[in-house]
Amino acid sequence: MNAGILRFKKAGIILFWLLIWQAASTAVHNSIILVGPLDVILALFNQIRLADFWKTIGFSFGKISLGFLSAFAAGILAGTAACRYPLIGDFLSPLMALMKSVPVASFVILALIWAGSENLSVIIGFLVVFPIIYIQTIAGIKSTDQQLLQMADVFQMSEAKRFFYLYRPALLPYLASGCQVALGMSWKSGIAAEVIGVPLHSIGEKLYLSKIYLSTADLFAWTLVIILLSALFESFFLWLLSLASPGIRQKKKEVG
Amino acid sequence: MELVIRKLCKSFDGHFVLDHVNLHLVPGNVYCLMGPSGSGKTTLFHILLGLVSADSGEVNGLNRERISAVFQENRLCEAFTPVENVTMVMPSSSGNNKSKAREALKRLLPEESLDRPASTLSGGMKRRVAIIRALTVPFDMVIMDEPFTGLDEETKQQVITYIKEQSAGKLVLISTHQEEDVQLLNGIKIHL
Repeated sequence: MNAGILRFKKAGIILFWLLIWQAASTAVHNSIILVGPLDVILALFNQIRLADFWKTIGFSFGKISLGFLSAFAAGILAGTAACRYPLIGDFLSPLMALMKSVPVASFVILALIWAGSENLSVIIGFLVVFPIIYIQTIAGIKSTDQQLLQMADVFQMSEAKRFFYLYRPALLPYLASGCQVALGMSWKSGIAAEVIGVPLHSIGEKLYLSKIYLSTADLFAWTLVIILLSALFESFFLWLLSLASPGIRQKKKEVG
Repeated sequence: MELVIRKLCKSFDGHFVLDHVNLHLVPGNVYCLMGPSGSGKTTLFHILLGLVSADSGEVNGLNRERISAVFQENRLCEAFTPVENVTMVMPSSSGNNKSKAREALKRLLPEESLDRPASTLSGGMKRRVAIIRALTVPFDMVIMDEPFTGLDEETKQQVITYIKEQSAGKLVLISTHQEEDVQLLNGIKIHL
């Protein structure tokens, strides 16, 4: 099947489900229980015209991205340190188990008490992403070809060269797959935290207000915005990672 | 400096792979280590390279900072080009590594293959990259574990000429199964 037909088929399927959604909304005939796609688009256009819309997006995007990026950097550093000095890994192990098992809602309440709502999504994003990146970093480093490391020993390659030529290609596919999970989770948990903490000018606040005012159209519109932002950020970040990875770049060439 | 190996022993799970091996190797010579598979050639090489420790015995005259190697496997970084695979092991201080590596590679490989990832090269091409990598770094001794695997006769002849040229005056230790390789290399045969 060629690409044109495939695209047409995909668009047809999406259109089919949009029509079903619109039909269900017309049948229910209650804008609080279920709004149709047209109402959602209209609500979104109404929001886009407001300056507050972009301010809200900037706030949440900035905070969630900051949480993700700081956890990404810290996870790589801690994972590398744990591989190099196993004692650090032993010390971090209970902390990681705790971060993975404690419900996000508990962290949200705790972060609200400790730090207030302003930076809530930064903290929650960090706590959700950090263990994923940490684990993937360790797995990536451990996957480095032992024969290549022996080769590096024989040729006395410097630490910087070992990182660039041996560890980096082994690590980046693990980081890329970890980021695919972590990026989605950082957005979901970050927005959930904002809904609980209701920081001013956040997407979470807008979702909370749509609940208060029973505005389902606004709820759907903001949800659409979150999905788009999350997808855009994920695509951009994974593209950046692929630039850093000769292995991923090569795979893409072979596939493409 | 001469390399003297005395009473070298190595066993795995109680089975002796190297049993009191004695060798006296002089720089400027090519030594061809012969022996059936499992006779301990690779183990001896790994001991000399410091990758495995011997159970007993002595190795004198070995300077690990001036030893180079072609492993039994190519051990190339597959995502990187032949040029990068060679430059990555060259000392940073030696200057203009890229052009040096390119010139060396051009001797044994077609030019259009030099900027392709190693993963796209044939087995014989990868072998040649591994050989060039070993001979481009500064060394006093080079160890080559079955370097001619995957090479056709014509290419092997070119590679042998290159090895002899680049390792003149150095100590060369090569493992091979072919008697004719000893003659082509003007080598000294050693049986393990």
